[in-house]
Amino acid sequence: MTAEKFPVEASLIRLFAQAIGDTNPVYYEETAGDTATGHVIAPPTFLTAASHWDPDYPLRWKPGQPWNGSGATDGTKPAGSGSGTSLHAEQHFTFHRTVKPGDVLTPTPGEGKTWTREGRRGGTMTFRENVTEWRDENGELVVTARGVGVTTGQVIKQEG
Amino acid sequence: MAVTAWTAETAVKGATQQKVVAKELTRTQIVQYAGASGDFNPLHTDEVFAQKIAGYPSVFAHGMLSMGTTGTLVTDAFGDGNVTSYGVRFRSQVWPGDTLTATLTITDVERKTDATHVSATVETVNQKGEVVVSGTATAALPH
Repeated sequence: MTAEKFPVEASLIRLFAQAIGDTNPVYYEETAGDTATGHVIAPPTFLTAASHWDPDYPLRWKPGQPWNGSGATDGTKPAGSGSGTSLHAEQHFTFHRTVKPGDVLTPTPGEGKTWTREGRRGGTMTFRENVTEWRDENGELVVTARGVGVTTGQVIKQEG
Repeated sequence: MAVTAWTAETAVKGATQQKVVAKELTRTQIVQYAGASGDFNPLHTDEVFAQKIAGYPSVFAHGMLSMGTTGTLVTDAFGDGNVTSYGVRFRSQVWPGDTLTATLTITDVERKTDATHVSATVETVNQKGEVVVSGTATAALPH
C-alpha cells in the first residue's frame, strides 16, 4: 500500500461494512449515534480499502494502461507469478486507537523479510513481508499493518 | 446465532463464541468485496481467467474477505472500538458456495486499572471442517 494519504470517510466505511456482511449499526451514519462510541468507526480490516487512494495500485484498471482479465482473449499470466500464483498469506493489524471518519492517515512503509518454504500443495513458496505504519495528521501512530504475500511454485493443488 | 458482546465481567478464559460469517458465498458477494476493497485481481472476479489462465476450478474469495467476515465475530464479541489487534494466516482458499463458521476463544484475561485486556484465538472453517483462516485477536474491554 503506497497511498500518499488515506482520508477516512463514512461512505467508504459503509460500502466496506456492507461488503463483509456487517450490519453493526456503528458502521452506518444514521445509527452510529446510538452506539457506545457515539459515532461511526472503521471495521478492523478497513485499511485494505486504502488501495483506492494508491495511484499505482496494480490490482485496479486504469485508463490507457494494459489491464488483465478476460475479454477478447482469456487474459494473460501475471509476469511475477511464474507457474504458480501470487496470494495473500498473512495479515496482522495492531490498533493504537480506533480509526474513524475525519482521520487523514499517512503510511510509512517499513522493512520486511523474505523467506522460502516447501509447501505440500503449492511447491516452493516465496514469502514477502511488508510492514506499514499509519499515522494521523498529528503524527500519532494509529495502526501498524503487517502483511505477508506468497508466490507459490505451482498452482495450488485442491484436496478431495 | 446471535453474538452477545463480552464485558469486562463476562470475559473469562476459555469462553467461546461462534458465528456463521458467510452462508453459501456467491460470486456476486466476492465482486462486491472487490469493489469496496479496491482489489480487482481477476483471480477473484473473472471465472474465465481463473479457470483458463490461472488453472483453478473457479474464482475464489479474497483472503481479506475471509478475514473481514471473520472479523465481524471479533467486533461483535469484543464490542465497538475495543479491538486492539487482529491478525490471521490464510490457510485454505474459500470458494463460491462455501459456508464459513468462525469461532473465537478467550485464551487470557488480564485485569488492569485502565481496562480488562483479553487475548483470543480465532479460527474459521468451511462446511467440510477445513480451516480457512486462523489467528489471534486482542481487546481492551472498558470497566
